[in-house]
Amino acid sequence: MCVAMPGRVLSVGERTALVDFSGNRVQARTGLVKIEPGDNVLVHAGCILQKVSDREMEEMNAVMREMDELL
Amino acid sequence: MNLEEIKQYLKEYNGPELKIMEVCGSHTGAIARNGIPGLVSDRIRLISGPGCPVCVTPSSYIDRLIDLCLTPGVCVVTFGDLMRVPGSRMSLQQASGMGGRVKIVYSPMDVFPMAQREPETTFVFAAVGFETTAPVYALMVEQILEDHIENIRLLTALRTMPGIIDRLCAGGADIQGFLAPGHVAVVTGSKAFEPLAAKYSLPFGVAGFTGEQILTALCGIVKACERAKSGKDGGLVMNFYPSVVTREGNTEAQELVERYFGVSDAVWRGMGMVPASGRLLREEFAALDAGSRDLTEDHKINKACCCDKVLMGKMKPTQCPLFQKVCSPLRPQGACMVSTEGNCYTYYVNHRE
Amino acid sequence: MPETVRITMEHGSGGQATGELIGEIFAPAFRNEVLGQMEDSAVVSGSGRIAVTTDSFVVTPLVFRGGDIGRLCVCGTVNDLLMRGAVPRYLTCGFILEEGLEIELLRRIVRSLAETAAEAGVQIIAGDTKVIEGNGGLIINTTGVGSVPDGLDISAGNAGEGDAVLVSGTMGDHHAAILGERLQIESDIESDCAPLGEIVKGLLDGGIRVRTLRDVTRGGLGTVLKELAEASGKCFIIEEDAVPVSARVRDFCGLLGLDPLYMGNEGKLVAVVPREQAAEALEIMKNARYGSGAAVIGKVAGAGEGTEAGELLMRTQIGGVRRLTVLQGEGLPRIC
Repeated sequence: MCVAMPGRVLSVGERTALVDFSGNRVQARTGLVKIEPGDNVLVHAGCILQKVSDREMEEMNAVMREMDELL
Repeated sequence: MNLEEIKQYLKEYNGPELKIMEVCGSHTGAIARNGIPGLVSDRIRLISGPGCPVCVTPSSYIDRLIDLCLTPGVCVVTFGDLMRVPGSRMSLQQASGMGGRVKIVYSPMDVFPMAQREPETTFVFAAVGFETTAPVYALMVEQILEDHIENIRLLTALRTMPGIIDRLCAGGADIQGFLAPGHVAVVTGSKAFEPLAAKYSLPFGVAGFTGEQILTALCGIVKACERAKSGKDGGLVMNFYPSVVTREGNTEAQELVERYFGVSDAVWRGMGMVPASGRLLREEFAALDAGSRDLTEDHKINKACCCDKVLMGKMKPTQCPLFQKVCSPLRPQGACMVSTEGNCYTYYVNHRE
Repeated sequence: MPETVRITMEHGSGGQATGELIGEIFAPAFRNEVLGQMEDSAVVSGSGRIAVTTDSFVVTPLVFRGGDIGRLCVCGTVNDLLMRGAVPRYLTCGFILEEGLEIELLRRIVRSLAETAAEAGVQIIAGDTKVIEGNGGLIINTTGVGSVPDGLDISAGNAGEGDAVLVSGTMGDHHAAILGERLQIESDIESDCAPLGEIVKGLLDGGIRVRTLRDVTRGGLGTVLKELAEASGKCFIIEEDAVPVSARVRDFCGLLGLDPLYMGNEGKLVAVVPREQAAEALEIMKNARYGSGAAVIGKVAGAGEGTEAGELLMRTQIGGVRRLTVLQGEGLPRIC
């Protein structure tokens, strides 16, 4: 379940923010997490669910190192 | 490890047979779309669980939506997937063909402008979903209350993951690890799976939805199983989706859901009542509820349908006597064949075996 | 502000109002010798093998980014003629107007239809107008007639082992444009509706021994290729990485949980050609006006180890294999 997509916040309004997905723009409902223009966010069913960490590479590398050590 | 090493590890795995369940319907779809079963060893079996909200919704819920949409002055608003799900008499799509009013939207928030344009109509949103979607409905309720909107109601079928996973494990399901639902975990945090991992000593790998993310999580789960073999604790919760999932999750979203929705027992299609596996609008907001409380009846379309066993991972879709013979996406005999995330649908269209 | 003028039942009476509508809207746009005869049926010249196809066009909204129902109803029918190697020559148009349709909108659509017909090189030789009760909608039926050069055999079942499979551009644009309008998602996606005559003529004039052509309409690429695999009794194998999908359509599909492989187009085709002519065919497509995004996406295999007759397989980005079937049900947006 739960289709969700990362997009970039273009502008922030009262209850919504304009989020761009490669040229598709959605007025996504805000209110679940603090955001500002330029943030990458995860949108589900027209709502911003979470900010996308800009340190994904680092974090994933850490996960992979952990996995190497798992055995 | 890089992707090639992960693929090699999964392909060459030669230990005891492992059954790994993906509980999320989006994972079920992504596994098929990426051709993942063919990329792992025959000893790793991927089993699909009860993670498609449409598939686990009992028939009485659909029946109620149909009654509502055929009621003068009422319009049912829904996500597309629910349209074709059979109730005990018909589907919403058929009801719409008989003059019922049904609208498909991308976001529940799209109902607000509709309600404003037509104050004389009551709009009922078909609020199905798991922890991921619950905060969206909480925002909706908040806005209805703040703006004193009189003509929007919710018919809820909210389900929660830990309760049903507990039921599966307690029921003796033969599963050695779980691919944990990434977008549920965005809201709940990976910690939601910790009590289950500890209770059953089983690994949970929180995964994203690309082929690479799923393979990575599978690799972690298999490694954790190997680790358990050598006597170490295998009951780990591993987060392979750190870009959006934290251990704590989105606490603001959790609080908002808690404010409007209380934990409840819930009926899952084919599986009966499962304790503490759903949420309902709290008593004080019952006026916004379009009658979600008593929808416990669950009626099989075809007596031979094995959706229940399929959802519990006890049977593969292809083992159901109806599969492909009388049950197909165009003539579904059970909800799992309806939703594009349903186990049976995914197996059917991708010829997964 | 002047009041909007709309279609009424009177416009379908066959009397004065009908005559005025035809005189004001249709005649000026479609003016040609054959129509000018104003006879009960059109008499035109033709001989040899004739290709005929008909299609009815129902689309909401009537005007969308990248086109309108007028352009669409020419492209759809003309492209169907082209897919058999026919040279499109004549078109008939049946208009079913709903009461309440804005006359100005009708004028705009008819003009667009006429322009597209001119672009596609077809002459409109017969037409009809009816009015029904309704809500301002418009349905158009077009029938197309083309001539098929002698000796040419382009057909769904002709794919042979070793042949290359090409598409003329990005997938899903039309479907995404329409769905975006309906769901009020603001998007840069434009419908790709276009007549494909230049591409087909280019391939044939360029000496490409084209086995099969199909326009990728409703049902999308997955459906079309599966049908070709079944018709030819061969196994089609395509590469996920090679199938062109624009970033905006990919993200649009991601938002709504849709699969670009099952999203329709109105100006893209699949071509099956001999392997040794694949590069040449690709070059011809890329140089045509509506073929700049063309790509070789896969090949035709015989039934053998791991492949069955009538099967469509896709090698996925991460190296897996996915079996594809035709579109099931309706491509509805979903979140779950």
